[in-house]
Amino acid sequence: MDIIELTVHELIEKLKNKEITREEIVNAYSNRINEKEADVQAFVTICENVQKQLAQVEQKQIKSELAGIPIGIKDNICTKGIKTTCSSKMLENFIAPYDATVMNKINAEGMINFGKLNMDEFAMGASTEYSYFKKTKNPWNLNRVPGGSSGGSAAAVAAGMVPWALGSDTGGSIRQPASFCGIVGLKPTYGLVSRYGLVAFASSLDQIGTLTKDVEDAAILLNVIAGHDEMDTTSANREKVDYTKSLKKDIKGLRIGVPKEYFGDGINPEVKNAIEKVIAKYKELGAIVEECSLDIADYALATYYIIACAEASSNLGRFDGIRYGYRTKNFENLKDIYRNSRSEGFGSEVKRRIILGTYVLSSGYYDAYYKKAQQVRTLVKNEFAKNFEKYDVLLTPTAPNVAFEIGTKSNNPLEMYLADICTVSINIAGLPGISVPCGVNSEEMPIGFQLIGNHFAEETILNAAYAYEKESKFRENYKPQFKK
Amino acid sequence: MSREDYEVVIGLEVHAELSTKTKIFCSCPTEFGGEPNTHCCPICMAMPGTLPVLNEKVVEYAVKAGLATNCEISRDSKNDRKNYFYPDLPKAYQISQYDKPLCEHGYVEIEKENGEKKKIGLTRIHIEEDAGKLNHDEYAGGSLVDLNRAGVPLIEIVSEPDMRSSEEAEKYLRKIKSILEYIEVSDCKMQEGSLRADVNVSVRKKGDTKLGTRTEMKNMNSFRAIVRGIEYEIRRQIDLIEDGGKIEQETLRWDDVSGKTFSMRDKEDAQDYRYFPEPDLVAIRLSEEYIENIKNSLPELPETRKIRYIEQYHLTEREANLLTASKYLSDLFEKAEKISNNPKAVCNWILSDISRILNEKEMEAEQIPFTGEQLAELVQLIDKGTISSAIAKKVLEELFENPKSPEEIIKEKGWIQISDEGAIKEIVQKVLEANPQSVADYKAGKDKALGFLVGQAMKETKGKANPQMLNKMFVEAMNS
Repeated sequence: MDIIELTVHELIEKLKNKEITREEIVNAYSNRINEKEADVQAFVTICENVQKQLAQVEQKQIKSELAGIPIGIKDNICTKGIKTTCSSKMLENFIAPYDATVMNKINAEGMINFGKLNMDEFAMGASTEYSYFKKTKNPWNLNRVPGGSSGGSAAAVAAGMVPWALGSDTGGSIRQPASFCGIVGLKPTYGLVSRYGLVAFASSLDQIGTLTKDVEDAAILLNVIAGHDEMDTTSANREKVDYTKSLKKDIKGLRIGVPKEYFGDGINPEVKNAIEKVIAKYKELGAIVEECSLDIADYALATYYIIACAEASSNLGRFDGIRYGYRTKNFENLKDIYRNSRSEGFGSEVKRRIILGTYVLSSGYYDAYYKKAQQVRTLVKNEFAKNFEKYDVLLTPTAPNVAFEIGTKSNNPLEMYLADICTVSINIAGLPGISVPCGVNSEEMPIGFQLIGNHFAEETILNAAYAYEKESKFRENYKPQFKK
Repeated sequence: MSREDYEVVIGLEVHAELSTKTKIFCSCPTEFGGEPNTHCCPICMAMPGTLPVLNEKVVEYAVKAGLATNCEISRDSKNDRKNYFYPDLPKAYQISQYDKPLCEHGYVEIEKENGEKKKIGLTRIHIEEDAGKLNHDEYAGGSLVDLNRAGVPLIEIVSEPDMRSSEEAEKYLRKIKSILEYIEVSDCKMQEGSLRADVNVSVRKKGDTKLGTRTEMKNMNSFRAIVRGIEYEIRRQIDLIEDGGKIEQETLRWDDVSGKTFSMRDKEDAQDYRYFPEPDLVAIRLSEEYIENIKNSLPELPETRKIRYIEQYHLTEREANLLTASKYLSDLFEKAEKISNNPKAVCNWILSDISRILNEKEMEAEQIPFTGEQLAELVQLIDKGTISSAIAKKVLEELFENPKSPEEIIKEKGWIQISDEGAIKEIVQKVLEANPQSVADYKAGKDKALGFLVGQAMKETKGKANPQMLNKMFVEAMNS
């Protein structure tokens, strides 16, 4: 038995049966990081104090079954006393004076924070190549990107350096890297998980979610992080749900819609092929699968980039070199501090989006861009609502292709933006989405499919995902090979 | 052409800090003062990842202000971000309200010196957060940022361009201040900056229907500065037009020392604030019931109080008007009236001697150092005959300098009135003996002589003798 191959629910089981100890778990993961981090480069900060954390957990006698379970945290989630860099030079030495709400929950369970995971700078990107610090590698093939922006989180879980991780998803930043790395990525409904302490990229789209080895772990971790938070007025005040309860339900009669717009020319034939097999499997399991239409999908990407950039241009204003973060050495007056700190502290993709967002909010352009995008956003929501009158879940590819080679898209922003084409409309509509691995292509790179649910229908998509995963046995059949 | 050929158009944007206990988006105290950056938390310091939570009291106070100024209250409102860079603005945006303010289409009524009444329209009232403060550091030569004020709630009250003179502008601002004080949503301390106004001024030839180009004087924080600033701007603009020049739309800074305005930025530098809806906050939806409850909880407003004063205390309209114009004066009146049971006398003291001293000292009513109880005691001391009104005036001066019980003051100073019949008789006798000519004059029918004799007696007693008793005894003595 290799501890780092086990899922969290398997670890819990073995802890219960006293087959392993927490110390063995922590040691196994520490060793694995030592062994693989040089190749994968998933961490911005590795916590050196995991033994001490474990000792404290033992001392506090935390009753949770998750006590002592390792976790990795995307580096845009604030952690008191540990650097939170957003993979930016701007926050290279920034230590937040407070814990994010999700960190309070993680800590209350007694989980061990193994470190902060690499990402595209301020979560802007789809390959983690826009990190100021390092390029994270895909554990299936070290010449390829892990996807992004939660690329460090996805790679760390795929490489077995942590059993699970938290990420954030603004336009696909959990689901797309999960798909690229052959793991499960869940973006909850907007408002299910508190954003307090998540460094904002696009406030109306950002959502914290999970990257896990399998669907059951996603349900377990969602149980921990979901819930209303008084510190985030956009978080929903709903009755608490145990997401593991309805996981194993029969899916006979489940109505699945497959929007035809997600199978157009841009989708790689091998990906298409894999998704068709998924559809066949669902039919076998007794689900009713039908083609449907989301004809607004074509406008989703443009709408997404207008709204996300507009909000980002405002959210990133606070990085001005005055109170915290990078300040230029080269200034004579206030304007210099602003200009030079921001010019030197931000990377090119972040600057591109700030400029774009500033433009679409400018007087004279607001109506043509931002206002129009908000109108389209309403149409997208309505279009999804119409589909959810007929279907329980919608099924699409997670990404149009498998993980690409490092360096092939980082200089072509438009092509990079297309990597989000299947995922952004879910954020625009605020819906939950999950990416589940469904095979590998001819180059042995993993492929994922996406299930989309209605608002707060996490139980439904988890149930559907679980039913497929149980049949497909992806984890038993395929493992990352760290190909060089 | 002269000044009389021009019409002046003035509009005000009044900022009032709300007197909620905590800030608008976090639970830090709003208290004025405090060591720099001690009333701050990660939220009002704009630490990455923090989120605002709207203080419901702020909405309540703003709705109160709207209802008290005859505004329509929006059932459906929201917050917006106003984006600009400045070191006192930690998020690089101010959370304000753009196109859906909480209150719209209101008015207040002012009364001018000549008794003429006029309605001034309110365009809107919206809620927003205050910025921090920059302190210039003499030693390091830089500026230090103090974020204690960042996130203190404000309402901005925007008037229509309905005012036609500095007098109207002053009366309008006094009215707004008075209303905010009555409904207790702001302490309106202009010296501390909790009430300040941006003043827009333009002029046009009489008869023109199009407005002239306006200039805006920022952050005016005294009535005197506002009146002076407006007068200066009117003169400057008319002179410029008369000389064939053109008014530039610009933002001005009023300098109280030189009595002039200076340009801060012109239209070319105008900032594009890139307003957009604040995505971190949910929309503000107010129910009919909520608004109705606030309406029912509104305290008595100046207009109602004025009418009550006329009916209940039989004050004149002018007296009632002057008293109720300031909540502070009005409250002082009521407290002193209740204890002394002499509304007429309390009213007279406030409107004559107290107002005169305030004027001389250039003080606002809320700076009066003594209490209603002390004023009541003063009136009672006169009513009981313990002191004369001449002495009472001296006591009042003393109350402004060193406020304490008037009884104590007169004891300390030895100002107690002589009302002892024997003692007065003695004085009367003494004065009569010393002034036989006056006695003769009086007996010959010259009533003025009596006044002289009373005056002599007062002089003799350093103003402490009871004048009514003196009068009576002199008459009795001379008629016997």
